[in-house]
Amino acid sequence: MISEQEVKHIAKLARLELSEVEIKKMQKDLSVILDYFDLLKKSPKVRPIITQSSLIKGYGATRKDEAIPQKREVVEKIIASAPDKKDDYIKVKAIF
Amino acid sequence: MVDLTELTIKQAHEGLKSKKFTSVELTKAYLDKIKTIDKEINAYLLVDKEGALTQAEEADKKVATGEFGMLCGIPCSIKDAIMVEGQKCTAGSKILENYVAPYDATVIKKLKEQGAVILGKTNMDEFAMGGSGENSAFGATKNPYDKKRVAGGSSSGSAASVAGNEACYSLGSDTGGSIRLPASFCGVVGLKPTYGAVSRLGLIPFGSSLDQIGPVAKTVEDCKIIFDAIKGKDPADSTSVELEIGNSKLEIRNLRIGVPKEYFVKGLDPQVEKLIRDAIKKAQNAGAKIVEISLPSVEFALACYYIIAPCEASANLARFDGIKYGFSDNSANDLRDVYLKSRGHGFGDEVKRRIMIGTYALSSGYYDAYYKKAQEVRQLIKQDFAKAFDLSAGGVDLIFCPVSPVLAIKIGERTNDPLSMYLMDICTVSVNLAGLPALSLPAGKTKDNLPVGLQIIGNHFQESKILDVALQMEKILT
Repeated sequence: MISEQEVKHIAKLARLELSEVEIKKMQKDLSVILDYFDLLKKSPKVRPIITQSSLIKGYGATRKDEAIPQKREVVEKIIASAPDKKDDYIKVKAIF
Repeated sequence: MVDLTELTIKQAHEGLKSKKFTSVELTKAYLDKIKTIDKEINAYLLVDKEGALTQAEEADKKVATGEFGMLCGIPCSIKDAIMVEGQKCTAGSKILENYVAPYDATVIKKLKEQGAVILGKTNMDEFAMGGSGENSAFGATKNPYDKKRVAGGSSSGSAASVAGNEACYSLGSDTGGSIRLPASFCGVVGLKPTYGAVSRLGLIPFGSSLDQIGPVAKTVEDCKIIFDAIKGKDPADSTSVELEIGNSKLEIRNLRIGVPKEYFVKGLDPQVEKLIRDAIKKAQNAGAKIVEISLPSVEFALACYYIIAPCEASANLARFDGIKYGFSDNSANDLRDVYLKSRGHGFGDEVKRRIMIGTYALSSGYYDAYYKKAQEVRQLIKQDFAKAFDLSAGGVDLIFCPVSPVLAIKIGERTNDPLSMYLMDICTVSVNLAGLPALSLPAGKTKDNLPVGLQIIGNHFQESKILDVALQMEKILT
């Protein structure tokens, strides 16, 4: 059984505010699910093998790390979806 | 006069071609149908009446020239995880309630180039996390066959809109069964393509190594038309590939069909089993060689999937921080509080649960026992399928099995027991883990008129083999 402390710690890492009721429910649900994962302990050991990505040409190809110019209207739409903004900037609360 | 909303893509295309009706008339018929029945079904989160009629008028101009593709002027619905420029895209979540898509997903671009008519966006489990559609922040979609039951998920609205004649076809997405499961529950055809066959650009991500967009339609032929329109390499999705998916023109009598014994065990509903066994028997009567096979590692597939998918989700959903998109909790004092409150209040229970599982499995001290172990098991599952499909070593062409071990469940039946909900995915998740294509084909209905889907799994990029055989099976089964 996962402890209440552990649930709180994971929620903090995941940046999720959970109510006391949610923490209790999460503790119960996660415990059942994590117990089910114990099944994997029965699985045979494996040696690393070639992955799918190395078998198909062009799979997982990378591009140069460079900015791709976008149309002004796309930029405007993306900024518009931020809840808080000023001019072309997305506004955030103070760090502390 | 015939009800236009009952037509398949092929029939509607013929109707437009022979000028029996226009795309505007066809579109209006669907909009009327939506207006009449969707209050009850809840397949749509958004209906874009004006946009659809404008697209239909444009399509009619194209039709008048005589030069038009199969999807031109045909009304469809789109899962709300796929971006359609200028329309809200919520992914079934409160956190994206007011988010407007800034561009078209590649699949939408492709449909629009063909002259498609987009009726609206369909309901889904929040961020595609669920098998019943009940995890939508905007209420469950009801099954058109029995409104006390779920439509299946996560592409619940996609399948229900097609089954209820509220769209001629739909696009869904499948991470662990999210196209096949609702297709099975709603008695329509759903194809989950090979990982990489269809571009994922513009699909709100859940599990990036598992997600695939695919068609939901009334017939196998329609599914093929849609798949042909959306597949292919996209420079903006580095995992997409251009492949020659040729016309195989296979015949059932020349095929070896594998039936994995692991999918016919305890927990399989006897009514589902009977319909699937009957379908397999009919394939055998048509001359196919039926071979019992074993996929020993699928026993671990569900546990493996429910580690890998939440791990990927916990990383993918980190972007929803209350700053860049949609919902933000105003009561927060500082930046960290914005994250905590916006995410805590914006996400629903199942999404929070999966973020927690993923964060736990990736956290220091647990990584090896969970994530690394699951990746190893994923290799075993891939190897099992590779062996099963190795024709030179006595393998099979295709695998036949159930899509779901159960019939469409009653609304509320499993909502308090997450693990029992996950167990509905037991026959579908291994396909995503192995990156394979698979289709759900209506195999028949129970005495209570509930549909059951036959799952046809093929080797990588063998969609045409699956579709060819499904087309023949469709004839045999009806």
